[in-house]
Amino acid sequence: MADTSDLVLDVKNLKTVFFTNSGLFKAVDDVSFTVSRGETLAIVGESGCGKSVTALSLMRLVPDPPGRIVGGTVTLEDTDLLALSEAEMRKIRGDRISMIFQEPMTSLNPVMRIGDQIVEAVRLHRNLSSREAQNIAVEMLRLVRIPEPVRRAREYPHQLSGGMRQRAMIAMALACRPALLIADEPTTALDVTIQAQILALILDLQKELGTGLVLITHDLGVVAQTAQRVIVMYAGRKVEEASVEALFAAPKHPYTRGLMASIPAVPASGVAAPERLNEISGTVPSLVRLPKGCAFAPRCTLAIKRCEAEYPPLTDWGGGHLAACWRAAEVAEVA
Amino acid sequence: MTERLLEVTDLKKHYPVRAGVLRRQVGTVHSVDGVSFSLGAGETLGLVGESGCGKSTVARSVLRLIEPTSGQIRLDGEDITHLSKTALRRHRRSMQIVFQDPFASLNPRMIAGDIVGEPLAVHGLASGKALEARVAKLFEQVGLRPDQMRNFPHQFSGGQRQRICIARALALGPRLIVCDEPVSALDVSIQAQVINLLIDLQKQHGFSYLFIAHDLAVVAHISHRVAVMYLGRIVEIADKDELFRNPRHPYTQALLASVPIANPLAKKLAPLVDGDVPSPVNPPPGCAFHTRCRFAMERCRIERPVLMDAGDGHQVACLLNDGTGQSQ
Repeated sequence: MADTSDLVLDVKNLKTVFFTNSGLFKAVDDVSFTVSRGETLAIVGESGCGKSVTALSLMRLVPDPPGRIVGGTVTLEDTDLLALSEAEMRKIRGDRISMIFQEPMTSLNPVMRIGDQIVEAVRLHRNLSSREAQNIAVEMLRLVRIPEPVRRAREYPHQLSGGMRQRAMIAMALACRPALLIADEPTTALDVTIQAQILALILDLQKELGTGLVLITHDLGVVAQTAQRVIVMYAGRKVEEASVEALFAAPKHPYTRGLMASIPAVPASGVAAPERLNEISGTVPSLVRLPKGCAFAPRCTLAIKRCEAEYPPLTDWGGGHLAACWRAAEVAEVA
Repeated sequence: MTERLLEVTDLKKHYPVRAGVLRRQVGTVHSVDGVSFSLGAGETLGLVGESGCGKSTVARSVLRLIEPTSGQIRLDGEDITHLSKTALRRHRRSMQIVFQDPFASLNPRMIAGDIVGEPLAVHGLASGKALEARVAKLFEQVGLRPDQMRNFPHQFSGGQRQRICIARALALGPRLIVCDEPVSALDVSIQAQVINLLIDLQKQHGFSYLFIAHDLAVVAHISHRVAVMYLGRIVEIADKDELFRNPRHPYTQALLASVPIANPLAKKLAPLVDGDVPSPVNPPPGCAFHTRCRFAMERCRIERPVLMDAGDGHQVACLLNDGTGQSQ
């Protein structure tokens, strides 16, 4: 892919498990990926596929107990985050790596002014006077295109609309110019016209600041319009990885193909929408009782005996297009 | 269109805003502000709009789950706007609703079979063995196994729970089912299953859907006609194909342009509108969209556009080009 010197994040064989009453969950099972400077990597999948736990693992925010990162390395600009003490990690979190969440209202302090929250984040990592930090806060609010940033900085989160709050969150996350930004469903709670504004904003800022971006979403439309590379996750594992063009042109994993076929599309001019949608039968399996072989096999139309017995390895099908499927070669023909 | 099952005329729902110690009314939320539409038998009308546009309020007013401030609702030609609770009960059988959140709309202490059978029992239509047989049949119709009748809601997945809600809505043989965001809480692969089920059931039974959603693609898929709402009013209504091919209201155009297309080669996101939806407490005068509209003229700030025919039953509420909206 990209030049290794440009690498911001290198995740190798990440494993995160949860110990619960009903058994051991492998929420993230042997997941590896990289992100380069200025690159957007999308992680896509349905609820429970492990995409959010992956993000929390990168931030070292997995609640322990019940969760624990039990294997792998997460290298952010030459630092292995998993080897750091909590105090050292706290210095990096919010500075070199930061995160925005789906629901801005739950991640903003409701009794603190917007500007002060940004000031707090900045002064935690930078040796600045209160005045200097204030200026940065206002500057950040201006950067995320909040009108009247000086006035808005003095307001409380409840005085802002949902879109404005998400802008404020982005301002806070980017205030220290992190090398990597993780956005976990950043626009899912927003209306579609506001979503378009926020996505455009994130991409503009990323280009301007050269931040690496991990975008977690369930929306393939958002993936297609924002990412350069995509990881598809299913039941805790990475089942496919490709450039966005390659993935949408010819998905190699039956799950990816099923997902793409099941999304209704806004009809383009002149094209009548098909009556019925293609569906993937069944439901996502419980992570506690995963089948021995491929987790998708019970729902897969292409499944053979081998799929139930053996987990398929991730195989490179050319040009960095990885897929974990015994029948990946045939997926394209059937489609 | 064939016979008209539902006719809604100038529906309004206003909520008072009270403040201060004396709870004096300081304003009014214009949640729904003069909405009219009709729905034919066997037809699906999609109602789209962003949060706070009043689409759910319309849905609930139609069923008289909330009392409209003014306007008229006619079901099968009969005015049900002011019917008493007892008189309304007769009509409840022909109109049902499926809600967004299948976790919140099922009683967690009832087994699924009782949930689906309850409407039949309440209306005294079946009991004992006959009831059980009817429920088993309903389970099959929505793709659940009759042996799951003994399970509690928490033992079902989200998609299955929505199937239970649909079975309950089907129980009384309704003519109208209001679907309020029925698939927005579901995963993509499950969403497709439920949409297909709704389409199949309509083909078999010939009932009508009033389908409320914020997701344009879902609405486009299931509807015959689509109405777009903004701040309590319908701004555009047309046959599905016509609306998506030839949107004439600048808001509809902005909405369509904002949907991210699942094709990396397609045109990149280009937000056509800035800013947020204004508050429905003090909606802007004139055309409510003028504050965000690219084409707003002086007139738009003063004059309130009404729905006008732009040809082929395509109605649009926009002052541009003599009230026919803007071609793309």
